[in-house]
Amino acid sequence: MDFLAEHAPDRLPGNRSMPAGMTDPATLSPHATTIVAMTFDGGVLMAGDRRATAGNMIASRSIEKVFPADEYSAVGFAGSAGIGLELVRLFQLELEHYEKIEGSLLSLNGKANRLATMLRGNLPMAMQGLAVVPLFAGYDLDKDTGRIFSYDPTGGRYEEHEHHGVGSGSVFARGAMKKLWRRGMDAEAAVHVAVEALYDAADDDSATGGPDTVRRIFPVVATVSVDGYQRIESAEIARVAEQIADERRERGSIA
Amino acid sequence: MNMPFYVSPEQLMKDRADFARKGIARGRSVVVLAYDGGIAFATENPSRALHKISEIYDRIAFAAVGKYNEFENLRVAGVRYADMRGYSYDRSDVTARGLANAYAQTLGTVFITESKPLEVEIVVAEVGAEAADDQIYRLTYDGTVADEHSFVVMGGQAEQLGRRVKEGWREDMSLGEALRLAVAALGSGEGSSPRTIEAAQLEVAVLERDRPRRAFRRLTRQVLADLLAEGGEGPSGAAAPADDLPPADDLPVGPATPGMGTADTAPPDGVDSTEPEAGPKSSDESPTDESPTEEKPDAGPDKSSGTTPGADH
Repeated sequence: MDFLAEHAPDRLPGNRSMPAGMTDPATLSPHATTIVAMTFDGGVLMAGDRRATAGNMIASRSIEKVFPADEYSAVGFAGSAGIGLELVRLFQLELEHYEKIEGSLLSLNGKANRLATMLRGNLPMAMQGLAVVPLFAGYDLDKDTGRIFSYDPTGGRYEEHEHHGVGSGSVFARGAMKKLWRRGMDAEAAVHVAVEALYDAADDDSATGGPDTVRRIFPVVATVSVDGYQRIESAEIARVAEQIADERRERGSIA
Repeated sequence: MNMPFYVSPEQLMKDRADFARKGIARGRSVVVLAYDGGIAFATENPSRALHKISEIYDRIAFAAVGKYNEFENLRVAGVRYADMRGYSYDRSDVTARGLANAYAQTLGTVFITESKPLEVEIVVAEVGAEAADDQIYRLTYDGTVADEHSFVVMGGQAEQLGRRVKEGWREDMSLGEALRLAVAALGSGEGSSPRTIEAAQLEVAVLERDRPRRAFRRLTRQVLADLLAEGGEGPSGAAAPADDLPPADDLPVGPATPGMGTADTAPPDGVDSTEPEAGPKSSDESPTDESPTEEKPDAGPDKSSGTTPGADH
């Protein structure tokens, strides 16, 4: 990013001037919504729904908001989709660039701080309504544990423990995770909790998409462990979503 | 008698070329060769931290011989070039050809305009979807680009080693076979007594065709030892536990020589590089006189004109 700032500043998100007035910038870009992350025994998991909205309209049913940042970390975002996607792309590039130049990986703290700096660069845009809030989770190779970092649009970085969520549906997802998350869960249990949390978010938040059984579109769920970033197969998520739907049907139609 | 002497351009270029060639021949060789699953790189390099072979982009790798600081600069420039291109356009728009051209410009410009040419020779290799799409470009100190096929040997006694590889190389070698050939070649220089080089003394990396995105992988320690011990042939060797992503940090940073400009200076002639510079300066006399006296091995790789791409290796 420093190199870009020096040689091609126009390619950095923060350095673009916005035309004044005209429209409310918030309506320009579709909004991406709920992302959740949680730790489990031996790693960390991140999951995101697939919906992007523009006002009351659904802008995309199949957008992906959870990405590998590098081999040992995942990044997801809520907020302006265009800015968020660019932020992620630049972040991925930066981590890979560092790795190639230096011949070693950045520490997890280093990656988290880097993301905070990039986010701060986007502050002028955030002030005009194009805010993006990422969630960062990775496996700390030094401490042998999964860790989660949340951010605010001004670049504040906060380490979260056990689980966290961002985006419009996160209130409901976090409520679900509070009840469902257990210490010492394995990855499989964590996948179940994540899908259920997103299910709850989609249930009450119109901007979060639930499992779409007609189009076969399911949340993106990825785990990061000592073996690296691994995206859970869509078929597996479909199975879990189905299972959750069955459980709830049994429990009563209100839940 | 302080009149500046007239030096013909031919003489000037030749002196520079001789100087660069001498520097390159002093280091240890790098062997690059195609095998059935991609492209393999091997060199003798006891350092675990100062690499002569490295990743540039998803499918592109870089190997160099010569002065460490000079090719390290080129490597960093290459990574920047590739990452910036890939970010501005698309990952698939970063090609070895583009990169080789950029390097050729740099090397050529430095060769003509700077007081000293870069004492490096590099290979930029890209692994394609099929063996026919593989590209290997060899760039010399003066910016000459050669589009090579099957294998390249550069640095040290390149010609001698190149002959050795040429004898043994055939299409569709397995990784184990290719590496054994490369290592045998690396150990064959310096007179006629072949040495065996241990796995710990080798820097070996591959561009694997079948890896999804980033094809570059370093082979170290056990994986490498198994491959060299001829048991590890075939796909089992290639699928062995990867030591890929954190290439350096799971190994103790060895007895690196960070202070020295040349990581690969062979112990006996660890003369620092200021010494041969005296040669080209006094160019009007007879510059060829002193090269045979000081370093015999140079006679090998030399070819007469400075711009010979070294077509047959």
